[in-house]
Amino acid sequence: MSSEEIEKIVSDYVERQGSIIAVLEAVQNRYRYLPEEALRIVARQTGRRLVDIYGVATFYKAFSLKPRGKHLISVCLGTACHVRGGQAIAEEFMSQLQIKAGETTPDGEITFETVNCLGACALGPTVVVDGHYYPHVTRSQVGGIIADALAGMERDDGAAGARLFPIHVSCPNCKRSLMDYDRRLDGHPSIACVIAYDGRKGRLGLSSLYGSRASEVELEVPMNEPCRFYCPHCHEEMPHYSNCVECGSPMAALYIRRGCAYEVCTSRGCPGHLLNLDQPNMK
Amino acid sequence: MINLTINGVPVSVEKGTTVLEAARYLGFPIPTLCHKEGLTPYGACRLCVVEIGREPNSRLVSSCTYPVEEGLVVRTASERVVKARRMVIELLLASCPQSKTIQDIASRHNVRQQRFRQEHEDCILCGLCVRMCEEQMMAGAIGFRGRGRGRSLGTPFDVQSEVCRLCGGCMEVCPACQARCTFNEPEKAICGACANLSPPCVEKEQFHDMMCYLTPCVACEIKK
Repeated sequence: MSSEEIEKIVSDYVERQGSIIAVLEAVQNRYRYLPEEALRIVARQTGRRLVDIYGVATFYKAFSLKPRGKHLISVCLGTACHVRGGQAIAEEFMSQLQIKAGETTPDGEITFETVNCLGACALGPTVVVDGHYYPHVTRSQVGGIIADALAGMERDDGAAGARLFPIHVSCPNCKRSLMDYDRRLDGHPSIACVIAYDGRKGRLGLSSLYGSRASEVELEVPMNEPCRFYCPHCHEEMPHYSNCVECGSPMAALYIRRGCAYEVCTSRGCPGHLLNLDQPNMK
Repeated sequence: MINLTINGVPVSVEKGTTVLEAARYLGFPIPTLCHKEGLTPYGACRLCVVEIGREPNSRLVSSCTYPVEEGLVVRTASERVVKARRMVIELLLASCPQSKTIQDIASRHNVRQQRFRQEHEDCILCGLCVRMCEEQMMAGAIGFRGRGRGRSLGTPFDVQSEVCRLCGGCMEVCPACQARCTFNEPEKAICGACANLSPPCVEKEQFHDMMCYLTPCVACEIKK
């Protein structure tokens, strides 16, 4: 840690008013925690009192004043995750890592913490490892998640819109899984569909990271032309419940769980997609 | 000028006056704890609660932070207000029973017992010391840390602050004696002014943890 480096980070933000949280986030991204010296430099350079900076740094749970491990595992214990067994997941992590919540393993690899809500209640119990979301976690997955964390994942630097989480979808007609574990996109199993355009059919692979636009298309389709989506197992067409807000084409609805649909625009090249947590047709 | 009615008495006060100031101008007593002249109103203790508006749309607000409005109808001692205020006193007693200030307020309102789990907090988080330090002493040495259940008062990193001038202002205003003298552990002391002022309890053999620099010091009184 060097004071010049921190001064440089602060000076990138200091022009803007009300940028304390942004400054602290930048410092924490660099050092994984907020060193005491850094807070003093931030206070001096922004012309704020140290008590105010310290107050902000201790108010938000996202900031840590203690050194953190290389990887951060957060288990959600919000209401929705709690009733689905988040506490048992947290206990499993604690016994496997042999540390308590808020502590770091002695080798400095993993910091484990519990959080009160990650805002992904429909996916609960949710675990986040370095910005990557694991939905519907069970106790048996805990060991694998720790191994994933130790293997290292692309660190989420907190850039706007970069918070991606994987989803698991099935065919709404036959309920068979659409996940293709052999063809991976963004490091996760892809979503396999069959699309048809102009009388020809081809395979389509979509990234299962919600928000990612990565895809593989075997069929040549002109840009902005809507295709038809079919299930690769039962060959039924995917239902349409709404139209894309971006281009107006029909959205193909894929089944996540009762009442939850992942809707994706059928138009080639259109980024339109949405997670519908209240889709009455998804029974 | 703004016209409003307090307990049926019409009054005309300047814009920006708070309901508390207007009521006190008329002579209606409203108890306060976290309010002090010369410090920014904070609205933490809720003792100064009053009822505004007409039934059934009336609501309770803290009068120390509520600016007067044209045509406002205020009741400072309605049944609802008294009930709410007694509840606030009970809650204060539940968290900080050893405070003489809180005991005095309770006895003035005839609250003899409280029905919650008894705790012995050192601090009611009224923020008087923070405002005193920042606004009157121009230091800003102490502030709030954390939030929710973990919210506490003190210096950053719990070490003596460089900007603290050991004035003792924080202890002077403290109703709960959180900023108590910890002369036996000077490195943890918020200001250490007790070391210079030599309060009577320092001369006693044991410097008990509950001791404070209130005048009179409640702990010392109990010990006698």
